[in-house]
Formats: sequence, C-alpha cells, structure tokens
Amino acid sequence: MTLEILGISVLWIFLFGYVIVASIDFGAGFFNAYSLLIGKNHILTNIIKRYLSPVWEVTNVFLVFFFVGIVGFFPQTAFYYGTILLVPVSISLVLLAIRGSYYAFESYGTRGHIGYTLTYGVAGLLIPASLSVVFAIAGGGYVDVIDGQPVLNYWTLYTSPFAWSIVVLSIAAVLYISAVFLTWYAHKANDIEATKLMRKYALVWAAPLMISALGIMYEMKSINSESYSHMVNLWWMFAISAVLFIVTVVLIAMRKKYGLAVGLLIAQFAVAFFAYGIAQYPYLLYPYLTIYDSFTSTQMAIALVIAFILGLCLLLPSLYLLMKLFLFNKKYVTGKEDNHA
Amino acid sequence: MINESAVYWSRALTELTLSFHIIYATIGVGVPLMIMIAQWTGYKKNDEHYILMARRWARGFVITVAVGVVTGTAIGLQLSLLWPNFMQLAGQTIALPLFMETFAFFFEAIFLGIYLYTWDRFDSQKKHMLLLIPVAVGASMSAVFITIVNAFMNAPRGFDIVDGELVNIQPFLAMFNPAMPTKVAHVLVTAYMTSAFVLAAIAGFRMLKGSKHVYHKKSLLLLMKIGLIFSIAAAVIGDFSGKYLAEYQPEKLAAAEWHFETEGKASLVLFGVLDGEEVKYAIKIPYALSILAHFNPNAEVIGLDQFEEEDLPPLYIHYLFDIMVSIGMFMMLVSLLYVVGKARGWQFIHSRWYRWIIVAGGPLSIIAIEAGWWLAEVGRQPWILYGLMRTPEGATTSDHVDLMLLLFAGVYAVLAVGSIVVLVRMFKNNPIEREIEDRHSEKGGDIL
Ligand code: HDD
Ligand code: HEM
Ligand code: HEM
Repeated sequence: MTLEILGISVLWIFLFGYVIVASIDFGAGFFNAYSLLIGKNHILTNIIKRYLSPVWEVTNVFLVFFFVGIVGFFPQTAFYYGTILLVPVSISLVLLAIRGSYYAFESYGTRGHIGYTLTYGVAGLLIPASLSVVFAIAGGGYVDVIDGQPVLNYWTLYTSPFAWSIVVLSIAAVLYISAVFLTWYAHKANDIEATKLMRKYALVWAAPLMISALGIMYEMKSINSESYSHMVNLWWMFAISAVLFIVTVVLIAMRKKYGLAVGLLIAQFAVAFFAYGIAQYPYLLYPYLTIYDSFTSTQMAIALVIAFILGLCLLLPSLYLLMKLFLFNKKYVTGKEDNHA
Repeated sequence: MINESAVYWSRALTELTLSFHIIYATIGVGVPLMIMIAQWTGYKKNDEHYILMARRWARGFVITVAVGVVTGTAIGLQLSLLWPNFMQLAGQTIALPLFMETFAFFFEAIFLGIYLYTWDRFDSQKKHMLLLIPVAVGASMSAVFITIVNAFMNAPRGFDIVDGELVNIQPFLAMFNPAMPTKVAHVLVTAYMTSAFVLAAIAGFRMLKGSKHVYHKKSLLLLMKIGLIFSIAAAVIGDFSGKYLAEYQPEKLAAAEWHFETEGKASLVLFGVLDGEEVKYAIKIPYALSILAHFNPNAEVIGLDQFEEEDLPPLYIHYLFDIMVSIGMFMMLVSLLYVVGKARGWQFIHSRWYRWIIVAGGPLSIIAIEAGWWLAEVGRQPWILYGLMRTPEGATTSDHVDLMLLLFAGVYAVLAVGSIVVLVRMFKNNPIEREIEDRHSEKGGDIL
C-alpha cells in the first residue's frame, strides 16, 4: 500500500465515521422537532436527549479531523477546495454554528423553547444537504480553471440533477440511519412507544433512500463516465450493500434483532461509501487533482501516520469508555440514572 | 494574481473570527484547570463548597465550550477558505501539530462528556475527579499545538526552498522553532490567569449584589491566589517573549516600542503620541528596553532605521503592547494586595470599590488577551509567513468574501448574546444558596 492510499483511506474512514455519527445526531434533532409539531414529543424527546447529550461534541471532532487531515496529507486540496468552496462551506459553517451552540444553550440553559427546537431540527437537514454538495463538486464538471485559479460554476451546479440527487440522498440517509439507530436505542431503553414510532420512520425513509441512490448512479453516467465505469466494475460491492439494506429493512419490519439491524446498516453504508470512494480513484477533484500530484512530502506523511497511530492508541480506549458508559449501559439508557452536572 | 478586495475582506474576516474565538478558547483552556483545582481542594479539605464550585463552573463551562467549538470549527475551515495559498504551504510544512491538535480535541471532548454526565455516578469521588485530568490536559494541549502553528508563522523553520520548490521537509524542526517556547508558555499561563480573574469577577459581582455566603469568599481567595501566581508567570515569560523578539523579529519589537534609532541604553516608551518620528507625552523608563531585549542595561537594541519601509508593521501596535503590559501589571498588583491583605487583615480589600476593581479584572484580562494577539499578529505584518510569504500572496482570489464577513458577523452576534443570556439565566435561576439547600435536603433524604 502506498502512503497516498494509506492517507486517503484513513481520511475516508473518518469521514465515514462522521457521516454515521452526524446522521444519527442530525436525524434525531429533526425527529425531535417534528414530533413537537405533531404533538408527540412526549414520546421522543427524552430518549433523544439522553443519547445526544454526552456525545455532541465528539461528533463535531470527526469533521474537524477530516478537514485538518486532508490539508495535512493533501495540501493542494487547500488551494483548490479552499478557493472554490468559500460560499457553500461558509453556509454550512453558519448552520453548524447555530445548531451546535443552540443545542448546548437549550439543553443546559433554558429548557423547551419551541423556536430553538425547530431551528435545530431544520438546520440538521440543511447541514447534510449543504455539505454533500462537495461530493457533487468532487465528481467533476462544475469547476473551471481560469488563469490558474479554480472557479466554481454556480449555475451549472444548482441546475444539475446529479447534485440534487446527492442532496436528496444525503437527507434520506440521515433520516434513515437515525431512525434505525433510535429504534434500537429506544428498544434498549424499554420504551415501547418510542420504539414503535421510530420503527415507523425507519421504514418510511427506506424507500426514498434507495430511489435517490439509484438516481445518482443513473446521473453519474452522463456526468463522469470514467467514475461510472469504475462503479460498474465494482457492481458486486453495491450488490452487497443492497443485500445488507434489504436484510436490515426486513429485520426492522419483522420487529426482530434491532441491534443486528444497526450493525448491518453501518455495514451497508460502509460498503457503499467505500465503493463510491474507490470509483473516484485516483481523483480528489476530477479532473484537476489526484491523490498523487497533491500529496505532501514523504517526511510529513510518515510523521502524520506515526502521530495518527499514537493518537489512535489514546483515542480508541477513550471512545470505548464513552460507549460503555452511555451507549451500552442499561442503567443510563433506561434513564434510571441522571447524573449530569 | 491578487484580488485586492478579497485580501482586504479576508483579513477582516480572519480578524473577526479569531478575535471572537480567542475569548471562548482562552476560557476553554483555563477553566478546566480551575475546576480541577477547586475539586481537588474540596476533596482534600473535605469541603462541600469547593466541590460545588467545581460543579457550577463545569455547568457554565459547557456553554463556553459550545461556542468555542463552533467558532473553532469556523476558523479551522476559514484558514483554508480565506488563505488557500498559505494553507497549501503550511500543509506541507506545519501540518503535524495541526493534526495532533485534533487528537487533543477528541480526547478533551470525550472526557468532558463523561465528566459532565457522571456526577455522583461512581462510588468514589476521586474516580470522578480523575476524569478531569484528560479534559484539562486535552484543552491545554490543543492550545499548545495551535500556538506552535502560530509560532511557525513567526519563525518558519524545517524546510529548504530550491527553485521555488519546498524540499527537505523536517516536521519536528518546524514544530520546535525559535518562537515556540516563549509563545506556547505565554499563551498557556495567560489563559490560566485570565480564567482565574474571570471567575473571580463573577464571585466579586455576586458579593457586590449582596450575597454574604462564605462560598463566594472561599472561591474569591482561591482564585486570587491562582491569578497572582499566573500573572507573575505571565510577566516573566512575557519578558522572555521580548528577548525572543529582539533576537528574531527585531522590527516587531522596535515598532511596538517606537524605537526608531538603533542604540544602546535604550529606554522603554510607555503610551504617548507620535509626531513624525518624535514621541510626545510618553513615560520613558531609562534602560528598560535594553533590559527587556537583552538582560543588559547597556545593550544595543535594533531600531526601525535598519529596515525597509515596506517590511514594517503598523506602528499602532505600540498601544496594544502598552495595554497588555499595563493590565498584566495592574492585575498582579490587585491580586497581590488581596492575598496579602487577606493574611494581614487589611479591611479595604472588602470594600465595595475594591470589589468593583476585582469585577473589572475579568473583562480587563480578556482585553489583555485580545491586545496581545493583535500585537503578535499585526506585528508580524506584512508577512503571513515571516520572511517568506506576504499576506496578500496567501489570500484567496474568490469573490463574495465581504458577504461572508456580514454573514459571520451576524452569527457571532447571535452566539455572543445567546451565550451571555444563557449563562446569566443559568446562575440567576439557581443561586448558590438554593443549590446548597437542595443538596442538603437530598443528602438528608438519603440518610433517613
Ligand atoms: C492576560 C493576558 C496577557 C498579559 C497580562 C500579558 N500578555 Fe503578553 N501576550 C499575551 C497575553 C498577555 C498573549 C495573548 O498570550 C500573546 C499574543 C500572542 C502570544 O504569543 O501571546 C502575547 C504576546 C506577547 C508578546 C509578543 C510575542 C510575539 O509576538 O511573538 C510580547 C513581547 C509579550 N506578550 C510580552 C508581555 C509582557 C512583557 C507582559 C508583562 C506583564 C505581558 N506580555 C503580559
Ligand atoms: C495557529 C494560530 C493562528 C494562525 C494560523 C493565524 C493565522 C492568521 C492569518 C492567516 C492571518 C492573516 C493575515 C492578516 O489578516 O493580516 C492572521 C492575522 C491575524 N490574526 Fe492570526 N492566526 C493564529 C492565531 C491567532 C489568534 C489566536 C488570534 C487572536 C485573536 C489571532 C489574531 C489575528 C489578527 C488580529 C490578525 C489580523 C492582523 C492584520 O490584519 O493586520 N491570530 N492570522
Ligand atoms: C488559527 C487558529 C485556531 C484554529 C484553526 C482553531 C481551531 C479550533 C477548532 C477546529 C476547534 C473545535 C474543536 C472541536 O470540535 O472540539 C477549536 C476549539 C478550541 N480552541 Fe481553537 N483554534 C485556533 C486558535 C486557538 C488558540 C490560539 C487557542 C488557545 C489559546 C485555542 C484553543 C481552543 C480550545 C481550548 C478549544 C476547545 C473549545 C473550548 O474548550 O472552548 N484555539 N479551535
């Protein structure tokens, strides 16, 4: 394995981590707001708060890790993406800022203001929508290089069905991932009402997820035929992902083994996410930037990899402790203990 | 290709975001240490009041952390969005500490979550207290790593440039650059000092508002002691920072001191106004500049005459330096008088006017932090990477930066107001008297 591949794999894994934990977080916020609107918040709010409260800051660090890491391993991405993404990423940042801080304000300061809850819920869907546009841009076709400076072609981007399919997919994925996870979490908490409701949402959002995923593949054909043919070659990965998806939905529909369903769901997204990533290989920004011509020096790469390994030695035990105390702790999950400061 | 207006607005937006982030970041670095000291004291003395101190500070801390995290995420991405050319170069040379910082964040975030949600969950108090160590270490290490990046901007090392290409990159040499020791140490101790005085200001304010509870007296004395120690450390290390400047960035020191002619026995200029090259109405302390720069009253200090006009930073940084140093000295005196007065039984330290001075100490310390950073950053101009890349060369070329400035200014206003309102409400609704009562009835319930 070359250092380039190692670097991008590490980053892709962390980006995947962010996609999963952030989806749970964003979706939970949306369901919370939605349940408030339809008057069912008494069912959901507690369970969602109990999961989100101890982990919200950790979610954000996954994102920070990714964007700091990519500048370290692939410094030229700072130049290309930094220049073109000023407006889209600034918008995401504003949403992230409002959402992140108001979460803390609401849960530690003033309880239950409906305006906060709604803003929070809606921002949770707008953030994945605005961030996922970066995937569309990376696929190629929306950036021109003029006088050596990359320029984003907003009009082509905003009228592109491909970009919109990705946006729809990201929203559907957020809601689906979150609903499946919360079904399991509510079930563990012995909260029958919440389990029932979340299970319903999980089944509802399964269909849009599949339709938009298929839509992207179809659009890909005309946008970037090179990646499309890579994707066709990787058909077996997408097939595995589809099978995992079907099994998950069946388990949820049959009210069986919610824990296993969450595992399969993560596997399904992992396989698809990596298949998509491999299909883009070797491009970071099609067709201008590949992982090879943008890579940092060997010395820096080695230093980063060593730092990464040492960091993991610190991180994995801590993450394990966090999960043990809050995710896998029956007493905490069922709300028998409330020890917050 | 340089887009002048993009450069201008990028600077403005960077200044805004950093100046805002640094307030919350400084509190984020310092307060975990204060919480730890309080909880440790409570544990040692078996005094419930100190434990409650830790608990209440921790609760408020969550709010400032939240704003610190989101504004930090903003500046982290803005560095690439606004300074893509600079970050491309920095990515190749100084990415290592930036990367390590994310691990420090991770570590802090995980244990902060655990700490906050496990009050009274463990059988032993000590176990819970130990959770604070990774929080405090993580917070301080993130300051260390990010300050190393900033030190590198002042004293770039660890690479060679051959035919415009970066070669022979040595990440560790880049990290351990000459600016790093003083900068890291000064940033850390000033963060601790500021956090102590900010918390002391709150205690002082409650007492002014009529609370007679011994809780506030205990916390004020504790914080004043901590503040005294760290303000002395800040001055000592600040002195070393001056020596670093004299050696490696003499034009920054000369501009900060309005030191026009290279000469020995140089005197330190405080305040004053500039009339051409003539300094008027200033307080001049003989030999002090030579001592600050070289430990030697006769030593020669390089003046502005040694540099080209285009390489000089703006001269207004002189006032920033004066503000920072004056506040530092003032707070040292305030805390010294309080600590000594407490031991000696001086009455004036309990007077209303002295309380007001203590209350002012919180905002003043934050002003010193701002002044210090503006001194360091504006003093580095016109360079973004000292001697290598000028600020306009590092900037983005894209349009709409001005619009983004408006957008972010709005967001920060919302965050500032929101965090203050929430904090005030949090402590107003749950004053210490009530909390102590609640705790007693809880405990009582247990015993019965
Ligand atoms: C509470 C805040 C505070 C206080 C009381 C002081 N400082 Fe400071 N100073 C800072 C907060 C600060 C800072 C915000 O932490 C800076 C900005 C960048 C840095 O490295 O530290 C700084 C920078 C800074 C620099 C510039 C370093 C550089 O550009 O590389 C010098 C020369 C000093 N300080 C010197 C002093 C002296 C002689 C002080 C005497 C009391 C002093 N500072 C008190
Ligand atoms: C690793 C840490 C830091 C990095 C990488 C960094 C980076 C930068 C960059 C890229 C600029 C643009 C140059 C310019 O606008 O003129 C800048 C300027 C500035 N930075 Fe820093 N900075 C760091 C720390 C800080 C901190 C903590 C503050 C605190 C407030 C700060 C305050 C400023 C200010 C006020 C300017 C404007 C100077 C001017 O425009 O004349 N910086 N910094
Ligand atoms: C250019 C300069 C800077 C950048 C790019 C930056 C970046 C960040 C980022 C990305 C975060 C959020 C991390 C998370 O998700 O948990 C953050 C938070 C934080 N930053 Fe900054 N930062 C800068 C300057 C500083 C400085 C100079 C200090 C210390 C003196 C500092 C101390 C902190 C702390 C302690 C936090 C954690 C939040 C808290 O505890 O309040 N940062 N920063």
